[in-house]
Amino acid sequence: MSDVQAYPQSGEAQFGDYVALLKPRVMSLVVFTALVGLLVAPVGVHPVVGFAAILFIALGAGASGALNMWWDADIDAVMNRTRSRPVPAGKVQAGEALGLGLALSGIAVVMLALAANLFAAGLLAFTIFFYAVVYSMWLKRLTPQNIVIGGAAGAFPPMIGWAVATGGVSIESALMFGLIFMWTPPHFWALALFMKEDYHKAGVPMLTVTHGRAETRRQILIYTVLLAPVSIWSALTGIGGPFTLAVALLLNAVFLKGAYDIWKRAEPVAEADKYAVEKKVFKFSLLYLFAHFAAFLVEAMLKTYGLGGWA
Amino acid sequence: MSFRPDHELHQRRFSRNVGLGVTLVAFVALVFALTVVKVTRGDPMQAFDHTVRPEMDRPVTGGTQP
Repeated sequence: MSDVQAYPQSGEAQFGDYVALLKPRVMSLVVFTALVGLLVAPVGVHPVVGFAAILFIALGAGASGALNMWWDADIDAVMNRTRSRPVPAGKVQAGEALGLGLALSGIAVVMLALAANLFAAGLLAFTIFFYAVVYSMWLKRLTPQNIVIGGAAGAFPPMIGWAVATGGVSIESALMFGLIFMWTPPHFWALALFMKEDYHKAGVPMLTVTHGRAETRRQILIYTVLLAPVSIWSALTGIGGPFTLAVALLLNAVFLKGAYDIWKRAEPVAEADKYAVEKKVFKFSLLYLFAHFAAFLVEAMLKTYGLGGWA
Repeated sequence: MSFRPDHELHQRRFSRNVGLGVTLVAFVALVFALTVVKVTRGDPMQAFDHTVRPEMDRPVTGGTQP
């Protein structure tokens, strides 16, 4: 879409502008979840191979971010939150974002194949395709379920990390995928509830725009309820243990309470306190995912001392 | 002896050039480290080296022998 539009060039693009194309904040989450997927796998990986694998998974994620910024520059130019991204801000041309995204995608996939294995590289290639083509080009502008399906792209990194170590998939890696997949809708819809102006202006069919805010509140609760069994199940598998189960129970209890509060609230009440509950739940959802994956990691460490796991 | 003064373009693109240089050096270092790890930990590797080495011939399976 962006290739028919030109954004006024403002000064020379600096190195940081190209780094910004790779969405460093999203990359940090990718690095963390992929690292956990790799470290909790039952097969050890040499530290240098592990480091390289995580780096190229992150690079692949960054490349898909650049492709997304190329395609969605017209949307980004309208929304307050994304207006200062390099392409709509006129720092980097859309074509450059496309070139960088394609080149880095190729480098990341080939290097992951060489550093780790073909299966992990294939999974990374599919993730980039899924995010750039299925989500950005196809579903984002077509259906209010865009967040649900797009969430799959963000859910792949721990699965790739696991594949780096084991060369395949398993119930554990599928559940780590499921955890992020089910977590994404309530996370983003909570954001959409208090960032409504942006999505309205951009014309993106966000659930809040197409089905109303009450329905969005209901969907947040539904997905949070569906998330809980995935979380508990993951804690009962080989990557879990008593510690993970305790953390999962606590996190889900708090998240469910937050989702229930969001569902119960009427719009005027939320508007009156400037969406305090929605903002609180959004912030907690970030902690939820971080703490859940950190618990897997702690459990794996405990196992090395003969303490964790379900033995 | 004096060098030509930097073109204004070089000043504008300084951060890009330094950043790209550092990135490339880091990439080379990473590939080198990976190579060392793969070679020292991988399976013993041997290939054609311009002399006949019968031990590398794969056994013939299937087909008809003349």
